[in-house]
Amino acid sequence: MEINDIIKPQNLVYRKPSLLNDAHMHYCPGCSHGVVHKLVAEVIEDMHAEEYAIGVSPVGCAVFAYNYIDIDWLEAAHGRATAMATAVKRLMPDKLVFTYQGDGDFAAIGTCESIHSCNRGENITIIFINNAIYGMTGGQMAPTTLLGQKTATCPYGRRADLNGYPLSITPLLAQLDGTCYVTRQSVHTPAAVRKAKKAIRKAFENSMQAKGTSVVEIVSTCNSGWKLTPQQANEWMVKNMFEKYPLGDLKDNG
Amino acid sequence: MATVKGAVTVNTERCKGCNLCVVACPSGVLDLKKKEVNNRGYHYAYMIAPDKCIGCQSCALVCPDACIEVYRVVEK
Repeated sequence: MEINDIIKPQNLVYRKPSLLNDAHMHYCPGCSHGVVHKLVAEVIEDMHAEEYAIGVSPVGCAVFAYNYIDIDWLEAAHGRATAMATAVKRLMPDKLVFTYQGDGDFAAIGTCESIHSCNRGENITIIFINNAIYGMTGGQMAPTTLLGQKTATCPYGRRADLNGYPLSITPLLAQLDGTCYVTRQSVHTPAAVRKAKKAIRKAFENSMQAKGTSVVEIVSTCNSGWKLTPQQANEWMVKNMFEKYPLGDLKDNG
Repeated sequence: MATVKGAVTVNTERCKGCNLCVVACPSGVLDLKKKEVNNRGYHYAYMIAPDKCIGCQSCALVCPDACIEVYRVVEK
């Protein structure tokens, strides 16, 4: 069979989700953000939630998320995405409200809002991208940076006596009574992408059914910040990140 | 026995040449253009061995820029 016989509309099995618009994404080649944007767009499309989904984009690399996914968005002050999502969800309980935050936004400057939103059990979904570094500002040390990991502000590697220990925030949130679903996923292989999509779908459904806060942590790569190629970054993540941030469901009250 | 044939199309202007699809492909179908670049200067992906494609969507799933479309036919 010739290629031209295969490439026909009736044989199409995978395409760019229609909610992901044609704007060129500013992310570095190989960045995990692109995959997660795609999954969010696919899930909203699958749920037919285009008309009632509201995202809150953070400060960080994903600050321009509103340019890429064709739904309603709000831009929050640095770290305050969950507080803003709380307000939106309380005023409009029939909307699907989610935040999309990186580790600098969610686990550093926004720790207070993050923990208290989860403790109040707001019916929102938090998508938390953990790449163990401040990507947008040029690869400085984040609270989630691993011990020994080199960044611009700890060029000899992170030391526990000087810089403290890496913060694993998702298990903390799993202990709170307000959260209903806390999971940690990744997007480095096709199988992991499928699992992450299921997790996002479940989290969105939980928030629509008012079960409590759902947190989906995505352990991600930052190949520019880590000074690796996209392929090497995935390998480095599997080797080093999964030890401190093991994948799987931490809590599932669904 | 039914055989599965696949093919992919790459949005070459959207592709950033990150190589993740090449790594994810289980049958070695894809590669990056070694000498040609798109308008942004990236070596984009293309099918170097189209006959081997089985339409499994692995490349499209890991593509961060959603530039791969997958087609699949089951021949009886």
